[in-house]
Amino acid sequence: MYAQMIKSEATQDDPEKLAAFQARIDAGEKIEPKDWMPEGYRKTLIRQIGQHAHSEIVGQLPEGNWITRAPTLERKAILLAKVQDEAGHGLYLYCAAETLGVSRDEITEMLLDGRMKYSSIFNYPTLNWADIGAVGWLVDGAAIMNQVPLQRTSFGPYSRAMIRICKEESFHQRQGYDAIRKMAEGTPAQKKMAQDALNRLWYPSLMMFGPSDKDSVHSAQSMAWKIKMNTNDELRQKFVDQTVPQAEYLGLTVPDPDLKWNEERGHYDYSDPDWSEFFDVIKGNGPCNVDRLAARNKAWDDGEWVRDGLLAHAKKKAARKVAAE
Amino acid sequence: MKNEWPLWEIFIRGQHGMSHRHVGSLHAPDAEMAIKNARDVYTRRNEGVSIWVVEANNISASSPSDKGPLYEPSESKVYRHPTFFDIPDEVGAM
Repeated sequence: MYAQMIKSEATQDDPEKLAAFQARIDAGEKIEPKDWMPEGYRKTLIRQIGQHAHSEIVGQLPEGNWITRAPTLERKAILLAKVQDEAGHGLYLYCAAETLGVSRDEITEMLLDGRMKYSSIFNYPTLNWADIGAVGWLVDGAAIMNQVPLQRTSFGPYSRAMIRICKEESFHQRQGYDAIRKMAEGTPAQKKMAQDALNRLWYPSLMMFGPSDKDSVHSAQSMAWKIKMNTNDELRQKFVDQTVPQAEYLGLTVPDPDLKWNEERGHYDYSDPDWSEFFDVIKGNGPCNVDRLAARNKAWDDGEWVRDGLLAHAKKKAARKVAAE
Repeated sequence: MKNEWPLWEIFIRGQHGMSHRHVGSLHAPDAEMAIKNARDVYTRRNEGVSIWVVEANNISASSPSDKGPLYEPSESKVYRHPTFFDIPDEVGAM
């Protein structure tokens, strides 16, 4: 989910080695950083884990926006803890990507100059407090759909990062649902805000899973390599099936007139999001693309003297210690 | 060469009496900051009572191609496992 439209890299390796590699994956073995791997596997994973990491980091922006304006001290402390978790999730993932031979600075710069993407969802604004509840409930809910199966992914460091993340992610979704439930059960004006947040965030949440399977051309190789565990449509359906009853409990209406339970399929039928909007957001034309990248660039530039200063201090201290010995 | 902070591998003792276990890695300018960062990143939910940090480039590791020579010799020595030996029931637990 946090990784959308990851292109599988073509691989031009020795067929014998490729077959042995695929056999290891088929047998459920984990691939570790020093093991032989096809160049395509390495490159696809760097792109996918990197995009996932960037999404965790950029995802702090729409929520961080509300930390100072949370309605109570308790909500503020909870949101602060949640946003801090997202920083941690980004860090686990960056470290997993680094084991594939890309440096932290390189991967950061690829985000900052637009060579790498983050999830389309974070290009939507959080206009009011109800949006913060809806983000936890829907966005983190969608993330979990994808992250739970990824715990079984073939690349060891990625799998271990996912296991840590999943342990923490459930707190994120539950705090979001709890926050929006307060509003849905509140005054008519509060309930209206909750409904409005659902109206605006429903389709962008469905987009998080990426284009429909019939337009998703890169899945087969990634699924064979077990770096993608389910198709986009499978996960989207699962998300809809899980979320609709949760909305009903809140007395909120999912903004899809064609949404209905299909007894035969055992799933909800639902409308696809507007895919032209999705591709437009990916291209950089969403409501917040410019702001998000500007904020990340500013943080990187403003932090440079701190990074340099701390390293210079560490070197000086180390030199003094050597001199004293 | 950019001023990138070195990478540290982080080991956490989960509870008293357990050994330290590798939990992940992070970047920090020095050991002291690595411990502080590790505390923030890896022990936010009471996961630890003690932290070790080791600069990643100080770790030596066996190579995957050594798997055969390193581990195959032990495969033929089943007598190293207690279940290799039949002890008569009359003798009791041993």
